[in-house]
This record gives sequence, C-alpha cells and structure tokens, in this order.
Amino acid sequence: MTSLALENVSVTYSGRRALVDFSDTVKPGEWLCLIGPNGAGKSSLLRAIVGTTPHSGRVLVDGVALASRPQRRRAQLVAYVPQTPMLPPDMSGREYVLLGRNPFVSHFGSEAHHDKAYVNDILARLDLEDLADRKLANLSGGERQRLVVARAIAQEAPVLLLDEPTSALDIGHQQKALELVDKLRREHGLTVVSAMHDLTLAGTYADRLSLIHEGHVVATGTPSEVLRAETLAEFYGVSVNVHTEPDGSIAIIPRRSS
Amino acid sequence: MATTIGRRSRWWFAAGAIALCVALLAGVMIGPAGPTWWRVPLALLDKLPLIEIDSGVTNSEWLIVWQVRTPRVLLAALVGATLSASGASYQGVFRNPLVDPYLLGVAAGAGLGATFVFTINRAGTSDWLVDPLPLAAFVGGLLAVFVTYIVGTAFGGDQSSTTLVLAGVAVTSLATALQTFMLQRNTDVVRQVYSWILGRLSTATWDDVRLVLPYAVVSTTALLLHRRLLDVLRVGDEEASALGTNVRRVRLVVVVAATLGTAAAVAVSGLIGFVGIIVPHAVRLICGTSYRAVLPMSILVGAAFLILADIPGRILDNPAETPIGVVTAFLGAPFFLLLLRTRQVAR
Repeated sequence: MTSLALENVSVTYSGRRALVDFSDTVKPGEWLCLIGPNGAGKSSLLRAIVGTTPHSGRVLVDGVALASRPQRRRAQLVAYVPQTPMLPPDMSGREYVLLGRNPFVSHFGSEAHHDKAYVNDILARLDLEDLADRKLANLSGGERQRLVVARAIAQEAPVLLLDEPTSALDIGHQQKALELVDKLRREHGLTVVSAMHDLTLAGTYADRLSLIHEGHVVATGTPSEVLRAETLAEFYGVSVNVHTEPDGSIAIIPRRSS
Repeated sequence: MATTIGRRSRWWFAAGAIALCVALLAGVMIGPAGPTWWRVPLALLDKLPLIEIDSGVTNSEWLIVWQVRTPRVLLAALVGATLSASGASYQGVFRNPLVDPYLLGVAAGAGLGATFVFTINRAGTSDWLVDPLPLAAFVGGLLAVFVTYIVGTAFGGDQSSTTLVLAGVAVTSLATALQTFMLQRNTDVVRQVYSWILGRLSTATWDDVRLVLPYAVVSTTALLLHRRLLDVLRVGDEEASALGTNVRRVRLVVVVAATLGTAAAVAVSGLIGFVGIIVPHAVRLICGTSYRAVLPMSILVGAAFLILADIPGRILDNPAETPIGVVTAFLGAPFFLLLLRTRQVAR
C-alpha cells in the first residue's frame, strides 16, 4: 500500500491563488475527501497532484517526489477521474477502458496481450461486459461513470483521485459508484483522494475530511469532527441540522429558513 | 469482441489494398493516347521476369504507359496517401473534424513558399544539388500552420475548434495576398505558378516521383507510428497527460510530420483540395473512428481516390486536361457541406 504526502502545494491561476500551501499526509489505504464550496480549490489540488496544472510545493508518493519521475511512471502511480471526462462518442467501452493501459505501453508500441486480458478481467469484475462493445454516446450517465472508474482502475495505480465522481448521477447510482470505489479500495489497497459536494455521502465513505475554503484548509479530521452545523454555517453560509445515526453515520439536513 | 473488431478492420485493410491495386491498374490502362486498354495488363505481365506474352503493344505505346502514365499514377498515389494521412492526423491532434491541410493554411503557406522560388529565377535553380521548391513549400507550410496554431489556441483556448479554423482562414488569406503581391511584381512567372497551383499531375515524370517519395515515406511512417497515441489524445489534453502521454511532444511531432508530407505533396502536385477531409471522413463512416484503422485505411483509400480522380481529367476534355484540383473540389465541396449539415443535425 502506498502513502501520499503533500507539502505546501499551491496553485495560482493568472495571479489568483486557487490553493495556498496545502499540506497533508494520506495514509496507505486511507480515503481522504476534500469538501468545500464551489471554487474553494478542491479540483486545483487534484490537478496539482496528477500534474496537469502548474503548481509549487511537493507531491510525494511513498516518499518520492512525483515531479522527479517520468510522465509514464507518474501515470502508473496516480490515476485520475476528472469531473467532466471527455468521452469520444464513437469509442467503445472496451477501447475506452484500454486507454487506462497507456502508461504501460511504450511510445510507439501497442497494447500487449496481457493488457487486453487485464481489461477484460476488469470489465468482468466490475460487471461491465455488456458495455464493452457499445459506443460511449449510447450509454447512460451511470454507465459512463462506471467505465471512467474502470479506466482509472486499469492504470493499476495505487493512488486514485476522483473529482466529483457522483455529481452527474442519481442517488442510486451515486451510492453504487461510491460502493464500487470503496470495494476496489479494500481489494487493491488503494489510497483515495476525492472531491465531493454531497456532504452526507462524503461523511459516509471517507475516513477523513478536509474542508477547504478560498484555497485554505479550515478544518480537517474525521467526519464527525468536520461536519458540524456551526462549521458548515461559517464556510458554506448554510443553515443545516447535523443528524447522527445510531451506527455513527452522519446526515446533513438543510433547514428551511421560515 | 475485441478480436472481431480487429478481424473486421483486417478485412477492410484487405479491401482497401484491393481497391488501390484496381485503381493503379485502371490508372495505367486508361488515357487518350497509347495502346488499347486491355493490352496494358498483358504488356505489364510481359515485362515480369520469366513471363513471355505477346501483348501486341508497340514500343512507342509502351513508352506512353511507362514514361507518362506510370509516374503520373504513382505520383497521384503518393500525393493522395500523404494528403489523406496528414488530414486525418491534423483532425486527430487538433481534435477537430473540420481541419484539413487547406483549412489550416498549410497549403497556402506552401504555395507562397513555392511562388517565392518561382519569382527568384526558377531556371537558375535547376543545377542546384537539392531542388529548393519542396523545401520552400515545406518552410512556408510549417510557418503557416504554426501561426494558425498559436493564434488559434492563444485566443480560443484549448477547447475552441472554431477559433482554430477561423485562424486558418485568416492565415490562408494572408498567404494568398502575399502570393498575389509577389506575382504582380513578377508577371512573367504567373503562368508557371498558376499551372503549378492547379495541380500538375499531368506533367508528372519519374523525377517527380523520386522527389516526393522520401518525404511521403517519412511523413506517413511517422504518422502511422502515432496512430495509437492519436486515440489517446481523443480524451483531451488533460486526461491524455494524466494517462502518461507527453501531449505537447506528440502534437509537435505529428504536426511537423503531417506538414512535411503536405508540403512535399503540394510542391510536386500543386494545390489539390479536399482530399485530406473527404478521405478520412469516408473511412470513418465505414470502419469506425479509431485512428488505428483510420490512418492506414486513409493511406490506402487516399491513394486509390486520387488515382481515380485523375482519370476523368484525362478524357473529359481531351485533348485539354481538366486539372485534378478541379475534380477533387467538385467532389469534395459538396461532401464537405454535407458533413457540416449532418454534424449540425447530430448536435
């Protein structure tokens, strides 16, 4: 299992500081969930970790700086599921998941037999065989989302980053998608960092939450430590009831003002 | 099944190869002068070692087949293959189905470079070791595509394909204006330049074939090597980069290779429009959008298409020639409009 350490990670977009000195250590096999209002800097942090946005500070995977690794090797260590993936409409489900093998294929090479076998195995295990030969354009939002996760799993990377993985899904598919990530995390010992809007879901699945506000971390800890009515009122400007179930799970219930 | 897809595209490759052979044969058989058409294959067989056939083709007729038609057909094949592969690759790296070597300004830039060579004493370059015409066309084409690319992405962002096409239109206008200006100051070369612009397959010689062959081979080989990476780029720069691909390097190499091929093709054949857009799209309609199938098929179909498009020009207007650029534009422009229309309907 693999740890992820972030040291003073900052992201600046044309003079505007989107994320300021974010530091944290995600333990091997831990699920850290980033929460915070829109524009708080959650996506910027995920992009900085995967290396697709310029940033300062260091990102270390198992103690080694990612920036010092070749690009292909980085993709073998960190897999990224973007908020709105670009889905080529004519691509089949299998072709799409096979893209996840890109970090293992040499520049001018093509996928080896075992890459294709690995993808078939993932499709079978995630129950996606029905989607393998269908075009992405003809799939529902939930089906596409499962393929995007399958593509990230095909990267065999020990660190999985998810940017709003459930924002486009209905409540049933949200739960299914997160159950899938949780199952994969346990089976493969993945270290997961996700950005999420739904605080109840975030509290249900994550081991630890980090609340980001205007680029700064303002609260971090277990769901019951972070998801407090007064904290949420301060940073989201909302009025909510925080309800704790007998089993310890937390529900956030918006309160009507009148 | 992955295997069925693989098997199916192998059938398409075979069909494309057969189409190319048929086109090659038709290209050497049909023409206003020369032997009766059915005697040509016999004569070709007769030239093979260990085969003796009385084809009834006289020596002078054979010269027409071998010195006039064969280089013309081979040149059409090379140019068609290169323009199609370049078009498909530009569409891939810019993720824009509407770009082709012409819309990006490559062809106009290459035309400008070539005009420049014509205006500075073309005859004086005949004893140069390397013909400056394809080089000047290459430099002009490369310059044009980089201006288009820089302007198109700087103001439109990575996602905007419309800006890229508009930038291409602007660069094309600029290059054409400069070309016109040069021609006005050197009216003595206007005829040469215009006959060059309209496409010169009709005067093709073995020297032209030898000139374009290395460029065509290098360019199409480099593009073919990138066919899997072009599929990776289909998910966008950010995701392709997160998947471990150096997007900027891939784009640079592909653009340079495609521009090299286009410029060489333009340098020997003049401006032949729409091939780079009709052929890859027709290929996508029949065998899917993966570049692993689109690139090799575009090469085969593009070669066959240009050979066949060259045939009506020889006989329609006999003894005059209809320039091939006219034939491809006649077929290509309606196809392009149809493509725009179906894309709008799909959206």
